[in-house]
Amino acid sequence: MSHDKTMNLTLHVWRQKGPKDPGKFEVYDAKDVSPDQSFLEMLDEVNEDLIKAGKDPIAFDHDCREGICGMCSQVINGMAHGGQDRTTVCQLHMRMFKDGDTIYIEPWRARAFPVIKDLVVDRIALDTIIQAGGYTSAHTGGIADGNAILVPKPEAEYAMDAAECIGCGACVAGCPNGSAMLFTSAKVSQLAVLPQGQAEAARRVKEMTETLQECGFGNCTNHYECQAACPKGINVKFIAKLNREYLKSLF
Amino acid sequence: MSNNFQNNEYAQRDTIMQLFTSTVGRKVLMAITGQFMVLFVIVHMLGNSSIFIPGGINAYAEHLHALPPLVWAFRLVMVCVASIHILFGIQLSLENRAANAETYAVKNLKKATLASTSMLYTGLLLLAFIIYHLLHFTIRATPDIKIGVDALGRIDVFGMVTNSFSYGIITFIYIAAMVVLFLHLSHGIQSFFQTMGWNNEKTLPVFSKIGMVAAVVLLLGYASIPFVIVTGILKG
Repeated sequence: MSHDKTMNLTLHVWRQKGPKDPGKFEVYDAKDVSPDQSFLEMLDEVNEDLIKAGKDPIAFDHDCREGICGMCSQVINGMAHGGQDRTTVCQLHMRMFKDGDTIYIEPWRARAFPVIKDLVVDRIALDTIIQAGGYTSAHTGGIADGNAILVPKPEAEYAMDAAECIGCGACVAGCPNGSAMLFTSAKVSQLAVLPQGQAEAARRVKEMTETLQECGFGNCTNHYECQAACPKGINVKFIAKLNREYLKSLF
Repeated sequence: MSNNFQNNEYAQRDTIMQLFTSTVGRKVLMAITGQFMVLFVIVHMLGNSSIFIPGGINAYAEHLHALPPLVWAFRLVMVCVASIHILFGIQLSLENRAANAETYAVKNLKKATLASTSMLYTGLLLLAFIIYHLLHFTIRATPDIKIGVDALGRIDVFGMVTNSFSYGIITFIYIAAMVVLFLHLSHGIQSFFQTMGWNNEKTLPVFSKIGMVAAVVLLLGYASIPFVIVTGILKG
């Protein structure tokens, strides 16, 4: 590893003043970038320079910077979160790039995710889908004692795999149809195999998929691009599960 | 909080109508009608293969059309199936385009394929081919068609087919259409299993392979007929 070697990069960054602004690419030079920096740290330094020059810094979403909150959301060279397997933008490191690279940075693009500013998009539609049924309505009181309701190990593991979704919206950003089916299927699948969630599984899948449509997301046509984009490796088997739950709900 | 989820509104809804409006419902209709047509295409290919047996295709054609009411009932079913597939295919494609109107400056698809991204176009090309194919061998309205009878007084399908494939352009259209069919089915067949919810992590790659193999077999099966006629391997 060349720890001391820094690199110079050319960034093409999507700049958009607000939802109504047409937006365009601006070109910036990122100089003396350390391979040990994260992608967001690299952008922080570009922003420092922009602020010093009296210019508007690039707006981007970020929060925990440890890959678990689901805030960061950038399409880098056409790939949500930069395309490294199971990695969010904040966990993407500059060692993935080499000196002289040109990098295109764009926001999530989908009708259901309007741009707020630059690389920041409004992902409230994902919350709207959860509000439509991504929970159990039974009033369970306080937090139950651990293992008060026993769940067989395979189902517990299955539910946990689905619950890994951090709601970042990369599946929508990667989908050629702008569909949130992977996101929706993760919640539907997680709750459908657990005792508390099973009771309302039929109503849940209908409400959540109907709301997905109403929010302006596209339809799933099995490209499986979502799975490749997902930083948490959510599998498209959950979409098959959602389809199964939907068909069961018809009877 | 009061919403539809907690009251029982859904229990009273007409569930069958949901199939025609909901996102997953229409996807299921696409899958089932598509699969019907895959079965048709398999049976059609098996029927065509009777051309390899001397006198076979003339006998097959005669028996197939021996009961006209059944032929017409079957055609009606196929028209309904195809119409549902075509109309919802176009509707869903338009919706998906609207949902993703602004495309990326740099595109980098990892899992989507030429087949999966061109389903609308391959589908419309197949529709155009089916119309031509019906005008050609079913209605027999194209100028190249010569209808004769064989020694047993049956319509000479063999002669009609070999005559048509003596035109290079017709042979090209048929083989090109089968390549388009291959593309459409290489995505469509595996997609059926996913849409019906019959998949898990282990079966998905298996169904993908089965779909690909079936699509290749259909391509080779159909294309073999103009191939053997043009190359003179099959003679009357």
